[in-house]
Amino acid sequence: MIEIKALSKRFGNFTAVDKLSFTVAEGEVLGFLGPNGAGKSTTMKMLTGFLTPSSGSVSICGFDSQKQSLQARRMIGYLPEGAPGYGDMSVRDFLKFVAKVRQIPVNQIDAAIAAVVEKIRLSEVLQQSIDTLSKGFKRRVGLAQAILHDPKVLILDEPTDGLDPNQKHQVRELIRNLAQDKIVIVSTHILEEVSAVCSRAIIIDHGRLLVDDTPAGLEARSRYHGAVTVKAPGIGEVEAAFGDLPGVAAVEMTDDNVLTALPQSDVDIYTEVQQLLAAKSLQVEEIFQEKGRLDEVFRSLTGGAA
Amino acid sequence: MTPAMLVIFRRELKSYFATPLALIFIVIFLMLSGFFTFELGSFYFRGQADLESFFSYHPWLYLFLVPAIAMRIWAEEHKSGTIELLLTLPVTVADAVVGKFLAAWIFAGLSLLLTFPIWITVNYLGDPDNGIIVAAYLGSWLMSGAFLSVGCCLSAATRNQVIAFILTITVCLVFVLAGFSVVLNSFQGWLPVVVIDVIAQLSFLTHFDAISRGVLDLRDVLFFILFIACWLFATAIVIEIKKAG
Repeated sequence: MIEIKALSKRFGNFTAVDKLSFTVAEGEVLGFLGPNGAGKSTTMKMLTGFLTPSSGSVSICGFDSQKQSLQARRMIGYLPEGAPGYGDMSVRDFLKFVAKVRQIPVNQIDAAIAAVVEKIRLSEVLQQSIDTLSKGFKRRVGLAQAILHDPKVLILDEPTDGLDPNQKHQVRELIRNLAQDKIVIVSTHILEEVSAVCSRAIIIDHGRLLVDDTPAGLEARSRYHGAVTVKAPGIGEVEAAFGDLPGVAAVEMTDDNVLTALPQSDVDIYTEVQQLLAAKSLQVEEIFQEKGRLDEVFRSLTGGAA
Repeated sequence: MTPAMLVIFRRELKSYFATPLALIFIVIFLMLSGFFTFELGSFYFRGQADLESFFSYHPWLYLFLVPAIAMRIWAEEHKSGTIELLLTLPVTVADAVVGKFLAAWIFAGLSLLLTFPIWITVNYLGDPDNGIIVAAYLGSWLMSGAFLSVGCCLSAATRNQVIAFILTITVCLVFVLAGFSVVLNSFQGWLPVVVIDVIAQLSFLTHFDAISRGVLDLRDVLFFILFIACWLFATAIVIEIKKAG
């Protein structure tokens, strides 16, 4: 359990995090969203004890991050932004160093390293120095050191930044697999990631909490939630008829042949649209109903709406 | 030494040898110490079987070389972001500060030990008091720790190694010069004698002078140890302040 109470961080006159409060329970994967500069990294730095909060408190599994800092830090695995590592060390030496500092018993270190190397597929670069690694491998080394001691709490600051689609997929799989008995907090500004891995999402902007909801709940806030998109030749000529359907709030044409009907809130318009299509005897090439568009929700919440 | 401190110490010490830095440093250190001893110190010309001409130039040697080791200690961690990794591991700031300092100090000691040919030379040429020489070596190593501790603190204050280097040289220069009679005389007349005495007492030269002649006075030893402790304490404070943003 992580409890954050009225957490604030000020740098001079600038307030990076403003009275943020939330809790995360075991088994949750919390997506931490927000535009760049919203205070995501600053919050994570306070959770991990790297920054001292200006006010408020953080409790990690019952340990106060300030007063019982060492105990709190033992519970956490942390991937800092940019996945820093000691460039002159080989991957193996670096993981060994972290294992020793984490006080993993000497006779278990090799097994612990072998396990994460297998999980994160690092074996081919194990002897290479971190400086010579590609961005993707560097990030995976950062992940490896974060999960080496099988922590109860995993805090990952933009874990898939700079990875290719395959690597992103791998990392998301990994996070999902890890999540069962842990608390995972993932910061990201990639919205697809939220629906892919998170059980809950928090959006912050200007250091303030805007939304705390499930990914599905977030999608439901979209005006595209339940919208029906139809691709049919000649549909543009009957656009007005769709607009007049009961329950339809608006109609958008994204192409000459593609029409999207947006429903009024909590109305399912799928059947009505289908009936109208049949009545107008249009040749339907494609039809689908949307869950909602996260990017649109994100933009309308964080003021990038226009 | 706590377990975490030991792990950090080992990693740091190893990191000196992971790059050509250690080799370059040791070579330059040996060349310069030779140059100072034989050219400026007139080692042969003095015709005495001692290493005073070797040790008496050490403050000046350290003034430029020790900041070069010290500048990277924390500035590099700031620059590469590894400080965030290090300080979110379950280690105390004290573990990190002392572990890193000790690694640098052992490295400086190793460079100093490698000057042993001069000790062989002086034993070959004459019959020196080896007790004095050992005492002077110890004293010189203590003094290098004092230079290093200043460098540690200033390196923690900046992410820029060049700035750390220049600041360290400047501050160390003040501590070296504070013992010079020319400098002390310039204070006379407008500073109380007590203050001038304190300034003189803070100088490396005042304390190293006796040591370089082989007189290992407990007070001089204590001075350097306290000096190091104070600057390491200041380093920890600087790091805590940076954490507070």
